[in-house]
Amino acid sequence: MSLFVNVTLNGLANGMIFAALALALVLIFRATRIVNFAQGAMGMMTTFIASSLLGRGVGYWWAFLAVLVIGFVLGALVERVLIRPLQGKSELNPVIVTIGLLVVLEGLAGTIYGNSSRGFPAAYSQSGLTVGHTKIAFSHFDVFILVAVLVLMTGTLVLFRATSLGLRMRASAFAGEISRLLGVRVGVLLTLGWALAGVAGSLSGLLVAPTSSFGPYFMDLVLVYAFTAAVIGGLESPVGALIGGLITGLSISYVGGYLGSGLQPLGALVLLMVALMARPEGIFARPPARRV
Amino acid sequence: MTPPVPSGSWPRAPWVRRLRLPTQPLARHLVLALCGAAILYAVTSSLSPYNDFEVGEIALYVIALAGLSLLTGLNGQISLGHGAFMAVGAYSAALLMTHTHLNLLIELVAAIGAAGLLGLVIGIPATRLKGPYLAGMTLLLALALPPIADKWSTTFGGDQGLTTTVPSAPGSINPEEWLAWIQIVGALITLVLLANLLRSRYGRSFRAVRDDEIAASLAGIHVARTKVIAFVISAACAGLAGAFLGLSTGVVNTGEFPLTLSIQLLAAMVLGGTGTLMGMWWGAVLLVYLPQWSTSLSGDFNLGSGASAYLATIIFGVVLIVVMIAAPTGIQGGLRWAWRRVWSLRSGPGDGTPTVSRHPA
Repeated sequence: MSLFVNVTLNGLANGMIFAALALALVLIFRATRIVNFAQGAMGMMTTFIASSLLGRGVGYWWAFLAVLVIGFVLGALVERVLIRPLQGKSELNPVIVTIGLLVVLEGLAGTIYGNSSRGFPAAYSQSGLTVGHTKIAFSHFDVFILVAVLVLMTGTLVLFRATSLGLRMRASAFAGEISRLLGVRVGVLLTLGWALAGVAGSLSGLLVAPTSSFGPYFMDLVLVYAFTAAVIGGLESPVGALIGGLITGLSISYVGGYLGSGLQPLGALVLLMVALMARPEGIFARPPARRV
Repeated sequence: MTPPVPSGSWPRAPWVRRLRLPTQPLARHLVLALCGAAILYAVTSSLSPYNDFEVGEIALYVIALAGLSLLTGLNGQISLGHGAFMAVGAYSAALLMTHTHLNLLIELVAAIGAAGLLGLVIGIPATRLKGPYLAGMTLLLALALPPIADKWSTTFGGDQGLTTTVPSAPGSINPEEWLAWIQIVGALITLVLLANLLRSRYGRSFRAVRDDEIAASLAGIHVARTKVIAFVISAACAGLAGAFLGLSTGVVNTGEFPLTLSIQLLAAMVLGGTGTLMGMWWGAVLLVYLPQWSTSLSGDFNLGSGASAYLATIIFGVVLIVVMIAAPTGIQGGLRWAWRRVWSLRSGPGDGTPTVSRHPA
């Protein structure tokens, strides 16, 4: 019983992190119909920058803030330099380019920071909380993860549902040509979508790093789990990303707890295949309409 | 709708006519393969054993890349997990070698079959997926398979892996040359079979499905079946290449099939020329020699010993980005373009019928 409770709590915390990265994928997919496979590697890179800042004596929260800003800039830069030239070409080209960016970033991180995995500090204690007399596998840091991702999610929803900027972003994602006619600066807003995704990606890197072997490849698996989460949620909806993240986090946590951690990626693959076979458009998507 | 990556249609090149090669595809491909075999025989018998080993590796990568090129360039599906299919082929062959004493040919057929079977399992859900979904699923496949071998380490040999044995060479041929020859013959047979396939009804339906699925199904093509067939063929090629890789390295373990391998295959395919078969030789040369070049390069710049592997990774990534943005047809596309320019300058303006080029210059 206690194994089940702990595995569930662990899955909850992981699921929130996957939801943050899934949200980044969703933001980009909504804006530009591209899955950014380099999103995890971008988060890895910004986390390494945070690690260097901390090494130079910068305070944790200042480094945290700086890295979110760097993630914003990096996202915008990638869109302008690498993605914009591909506009109007086949959908395979951006996939290949983002994969290229993924390995370039991993190679750069390996060259600059070395191969050996180093530790990354957590914002709060990572030892489990005590409920009554038993210690559970849910720490202060896990509470922080929960709060940080919920803040991110709420912020995104408020942006899209309640502000005029969000309305313009939605308009330019769904009907670019018409929005352009109405005077919306579509190009800038697409870049903004990528930049916001960069913030979400950076946050996920900062949240994963303390609990994983922090090295150039530490975001690879997180990225594919987040992709699974985003696909379950339909790749279009922020709420879907959250639900998908929790489903993915819990599923692979149960696989890890009862069958062994080596089978977690396989569990995610099965989950993804089932999700795609049963409901390729995701749980939260509108009825599919494809333009011929 | 824009056609995916570069176009893969093959207009009859002027040189085919000039050289008076047979017009019947099978005969022409066989003649070309025999010429290639003659050149490679001359090359391997004059090289040192180590260079023979490298030629064999080039040949095995050509097999995997040709399958990937068929899948992406001619059928419009993408795979970021071809390393996983290579791993399945390598482990199947190595398991048979450890537990049985069968003919090498049977072991290779088993490797092809096992990888093809996994291709079927992955290919069926793939028929319902568009580009990025399939890319994500195959990426997950590349990360999911290797840990399985670690989990059941008694069967799959754990970190040590399984050892492979090359059948002893007849006569006085040295073993490296013999292995290279097995691999070269495998590569040439694969290329001839694929080249014929692409000239057949199947090849045409692959391209039709890539260009427009709705139009293809209106024309009577079974879209889902066509996509699954392309995926299975591509996976089977990777399986054969994996079995050959196991023979080259002598052991099969999970460290040989990281995610990086799958991405390097993609980069080599894109650089060689997506959708071409002959272009895959360029890609395979890159796969075999780039790690060596980057080692010497990082030595020149004093980057430290660990950096050379990362340098190779960076170069592969830059290749992917630059080729996709600047020259999506890759080396082979560029060569074809240059070749056509040369011929059109020679024959002068107004001579012959204008050819409609589907390759963006």
